Amino acid sequence: MDALDLARWQFAITTVYHFLFVPITIGVTALIAIMQTIWHRTGDEHWLRLTKWFGKLFMINFALGLVTGIVQEFQFGMNWSLYSRFVGDIFGAPLAFEALLAFFLESTFLGLWIFGWDRLPKKAHLASIWLVHAGTVFSAFFILAANSFMQNPVGYTFNPATNRAELDDFAAVLFNKVQLGTFPHVLFGAYMTAGLFVMGIALWHFRKQSLDRGADLSMYRKAVRLGAWVTLAASLLVIVSGDLQGKIMTEVQPMKMAAAEGLYETRASAPFSVLTVGSLDGTNAKPILEIPGLLSFLGTGSFDGTVKGINDIQKEYAAHYGGSQLTASQSYVPVIWLTYWNFRLMMGAGFLGMLFAVMALVKTRGDGVITGRMWKHIAIWAPILPVIANSFGWIFTEVGRQPWIVNGMMTVQQGVSSSVGTSSVWISMIVYTLLYGALAVVELKLLLKYIKPGAVPVEAPRDPSDRADDEPLVFAY
Amino acid sequence: MELTALQIVWFILIAVLWIGYLTLEGFDFGVGMLLPILGKGRDARDTEKRKRVMLNTIGPVWDGNEVWVLTAGGATFAAFPQWYATLFSGFYLALALILVALILRGMGLDYRHKVDSDTWRQRWDWAITGGSGLAALLWGVGLTNIVYGTPIRMNPAVKGDYLFDGNLFTLLGIVPLIGGLTFVGLFLTHGAFFIALKTDGEIRSDARSFGVKSGLVTAVLAVVLLLAINLKHGSLVSWVATVVAAVALLGGILMATKGREGWAFIGTFACIAFAVVAYFGALYPNAMPTSLADGASLSLAAASSTPKTLTIMTWAAVVFTPVVLAYQAWTYWVFRKRLAVHHIPDPEPVAVVK
Repeated sequence: MDALDLARWQFAITTVYHFLFVPITIGVTALIAIMQTIWHRTGDEHWLRLTKWFGKLFMINFALGLVTGIVQEFQFGMNWSLYSRFVGDIFGAPLAFEALLAFFLESTFLGLWIFGWDRLPKKAHLASIWLVHAGTVFSAFFILAANSFMQNPVGYTFNPATNRAELDDFAAVLFNKVQLGTFPHVLFGAYMTAGLFVMGIALWHFRKQSLDRGADLSMYRKAVRLGAWVTLAASLLVIVSGDLQGKIMTEVQPMKMAAAEGLYETRASAPFSVLTVGSLDGTNAKPILEIPGLLSFLGTGSFDGTVKGINDIQKEYAAHYGGSQLTASQSYVPVIWLTYWNFRLMMGAGFLGMLFAVMALVKTRGDGVITGRMWKHIAIWAPILPVIANSFGWIFTEVGRQPWIVNGMMTVQQGVSSSVGTSSVWISMIVYTLLYGALAVVELKLLLKYIKPGAVPVEAPRDPSDRADDEPLVFAY
Repeated sequence: MELTALQIVWFILIAVLWIGYLTLEGFDFGVGMLLPILGKGRDARDTEKRKRVMLNTIGPVWDGNEVWVLTAGGATFAAFPQWYATLFSGFYLALALILVALILRGMGLDYRHKVDSDTWRQRWDWAITGGSGLAALLWGVGLTNIVYGTPIRMNPAVKGDYLFDGNLFTLLGIVPLIGGLTFVGLFLTHGAFFIALKTDGEIRSDARSFGVKSGLVTAVLAVVLLLAINLKHGSLVSWVATVVAAVALLGGILMATKGREGWAFIGTFACIAFAVVAYFGALYPNAMPTSLADGASLSLAAASSTPKTLTIMTWAAVVFTPVVLAYQAWTYWVFRKRLAVHHIPDPEPVAVVK
């Protein structure tokens, strides 16, 4: 493998890994804020216990999201220096905004929330967790604006004197049409992830309490239902925004849409295959289950719409982009089996999670209890499914962008660092991968350890003015 | 090329971000490095309590402190993209090591208290202390290299691009290594004065006297380092800032001997801030001076973004930096009380579950 392939792998490994933790952070801060708000409004102790329990689980998850995030910001320059110099005038600003507006807010108020139970007035403490959540949403907005530029570059002109792309219109970059589909899709995906995280973990205890006639049955019922309702609402919005994304993608990245289906020839009323056999890349696909016209509908909004095929787009791109060094590529076709299967696994995992939420809502109505063995598996898979969906969604989005680093503007090959040798990338990749792997094991063990005892009873927080100076801290490292 | 006012503003702002990072995370690093030294108590129980007192002084704030470097990185990317590109790809393995150090240290701070086991805590202590020490050392080596000069040349293959023509060992020159040691010494002293300011009991006086000793050693290193840099790249700003930094450090040490912990901490704080001013003063008007006779220095003008991007960024900085400063300062106010061993609760019951 050369430095280019290695840099690609490194980006894939570090980014997919980082994004395992991000949606949980975005979504769970919202759910914890909701739980704490309900406790404030009702004084119901259950909600305080749930707030503190999910707070601990969240912090275990957040730690890894935080430390792996630093790698993300540094690696553009480390592995992709020619890309960074070429688009920095446009791409750098959202990253700087993200740090200034989002990261400071998130981390400062998280410190206040974690350590502030006995130090802050009640309302200020509640406001802290809401501000943490706001920080995560801002962060998502800016980094997705940056990513949307790579999918659909807007608001710039090429300056031959400086040999780089330069900013024309910052508002156009922030409100890129790709961003308008992507931001809600990712955000509601995060809420769905958190909904299923809370639902699944609470469901495990709800089932145990159902079997043991435990005293905390009603507390876990509240958590299951909150998680399930959030999942249901968020997943509907994920579908709506995903549909919007499909239409925009067909317009600005037709190759990606064709690759999602493995559609080689341009055709009207193109079908969507739910499942195929034959060769993995669809060159000789035999569909088992096919829905007529659905691909056309996803891409154009009409069941008769024409969707361009891979072969035609390849010919068109080769003629249009082949002449310039920045845009020339042997092939403009992404790895079809990856895009094809990731697209389906993303949707399949998402729909299954949504189904679990509906089932849980039905079963936990009124005095309903859950005892069946099947529910044990649902409790375990509920938090895992959306994580799978998130990862596959991103792998689809980024693999489908290939061979471009910025769609239609620069190929990945032209963006790689010019002075970084193969051995350097090997060394860093081996180190990150081993470290990330070890930390994942530790994280998972720790999560399970803290899930096991459940939402244990807690002391009600007191106002700072009621505490003596020499009392032990409520929370300490 | 003549520098525009906006370019100068952004050069200064990036210096400010580094001042924010090194003055704040500097004492976090110091606390981490001092864990095995000042954490040593009479017996195992006392040792553990002392370590936890130290860790809790930075507990609520270290993460917010670390964001300063992310902002410095993002701002460099946006305001001087070629600087970001040449620096980050050039100092590749050094930065990868810094990342590993920051990861280990951050995980240690977050996870150490989560399981009630001596082995568990011991391992994370290593991560915290080792990570803090390595990061402090490498930031010192890296920043000193930028200012002192590295093999930078124009990329013959890509118009407008500048390359770092070296490897990890290119960065290990004698002056940069002194820079690394000076950062370690400075952060040890800064961390010790921070602990003296934020704790009570035995650990407070121990920290104060450690800071005086480490401060004196650091002062010698710092003088050698800043003289070496000034003799090669000195400007009026860098010479004046060097003098102020030296006076601040010595003043801080003097105040510590008199038991004035607040002033001692302000002393090391100012010393770090003015050391950064000296670095940036020596760097100007370059982003990365070359050490090669046939090389080409990367100037700020050549590295800079367009006036449009710089203008947008300036507005954001003018509006939001004061807000950030206000709520970060408020956090320090909320957690202003000194900590002592009796404030440390027993390990959480959930963590005992096997």
